[in-house]
Amino acid sequence: METPRKIKTPLTEEVIASLHAGDMVLISGEVYTARDVAHRRLYEALLKGEALPIDLPKSVIFYAAPTPTPPGKAIGSIGPTTSYRMDFFTPKLIENGLKGMIGKGSRSPEVIAALQKYGAVYFGAIGGIAALSARCVQKAELIAYEDLGPEAIRKLIIVDFPAIVINDTLGNDLYAQAQKKWRVNR
Amino acid sequence: MNMEKKTKKTAKVRQIDCKLITTTVKKLFIEANTSLGKDVIEALRKSLPQEESATGKEVLVKIMENADIACRSKMPMCQDTGLAVVFLEIGQDVHIVGGNLREAIDEGVRQAYAEGYLRKSVCDPLTRKNTQDNTPAIIHVDIVAGNRLKIIAMPKGGGSENMSAAKMLTPAAGSDGIKKFVLETVEQAGANPCPPIMVGVGIGGSLEEACILAKKALLRPVGEANSKDERLVQMEKELYTGINDLGIGPGGLGGRVTTLAVNAEMMPCHIASLPVAVNIQCHVARHKEVIL
Repeated sequence: METPRKIKTPLTEEVIASLHAGDMVLISGEVYTARDVAHRRLYEALLKGEALPIDLPKSVIFYAAPTPTPPGKAIGSIGPTTSYRMDFFTPKLIENGLKGMIGKGSRSPEVIAALQKYGAVYFGAIGGIAALSARCVQKAELIAYEDLGPEAIRKLIIVDFPAIVINDTLGNDLYAQAQKKWRVNR
Repeated sequence: MNMEKKTKKTAKVRQIDCKLITTTVKKLFIEANTSLGKDVIEALRKSLPQEESATGKEVLVKIMENADIACRSKMPMCQDTGLAVVFLEIGQDVHIVGGNLREAIDEGVRQAYAEGYLRKSVCDPLTRKNTQDNTPAIIHVDIVAGNRLKIIAMPKGGGSENMSAAKMLTPAAGSDGIKKFVLETVEQAGANPCPPIMVGVGIGGSLEEACILAKKALLRPVGEANSKDERLVQMEKELYTGINDLGIGPGGLGGRVTTLAVNAEMMPCHIASLPVAVNIQCHVARHKEVIL
């Protein structure tokens, strides 16, 4: 097992260019949670030329909606949701400065092309280990779309959040490569 | 069914109060979300030496560590605490009193998701407005002999449910067609449903019955073969090998362990049809039950 590389948000161009599919990373810094409806709203705001409730350039979005925070904790259980549902909105966000996404599952050819064109990266995290992942979240603050409940946008401070580079700026796709490698043809 | 045997001699009508149903449903959903079944933990433990990929092994270890932390700290294992699916087996000699059964179950769900700090993940399909309390529950009812009430709570995550599928095959497709459809469904799902998964297969009945059979198949303990039909035992084995040969692996990051179990259920169908449903379950395979 390789030792994971520690990286910090906001992600610099240099760091993004140096990340390759299969690299294990520990991410620290600010990330925004946003998923289905929040993406639609961000997308529509961009189309209308309205101001966004988050600072999109250089940001990282974590496709996640945590469980309610119990007393005495920074956050409830939290982990990645499936990313493909955000694919329709993602190229527009990348075009407007989004530099990283944390989720699970494969992305569309359009997203993979946008990562190459604008220099951004897609990280995969392990799904369904949300009690464990919550330990990497130091702080959670509600930022926008409170009416969406769990789907609201929150700013998280994460520390050494484990992830793996799935899609890099070179068009590589770890899921496709790994599955091809391990497939058995009888 | 055990519960049928136990109550065969007693034809006496038994009253069950809605309040008891509410508190039971509440307890079951909190438990299901925080404590993984022993059969699943055992299956994960057994899968570890079978996994040859180092990354795959690490994912399996983290899944087990997470189940342990969740259970000890009473935190939900997954942030997706699911749509509240409830299976009821109502003895025909049971009389539900003190309210309305549907409302009693929804109230149990409401209390579980509020007091258990579980995520409310139910919304209007078109406006996407959250119902705020994770209701309504999805309720499946079977009327059985006896005067007991069996309640099964199954919080079902959206990620794995989204990767599930049903198809009306032609009778000519036969068992090869069924296996092909199951394998295609799992392959297409890839990393999305949080592998290692469990696969429930429903064969026959009607469109909706095949789907219900597939979901019920997921309630059978991991590692237990179909006890009713030898043909399904064989099909489960072949699909188990075929799915693990896909190489999707833990977390979809490649490896030998893609599924922990394939459970199939079957019933007769129309002479024109061959309905098949595939219900995919993530590794957080949650369900708890109680007999009142």
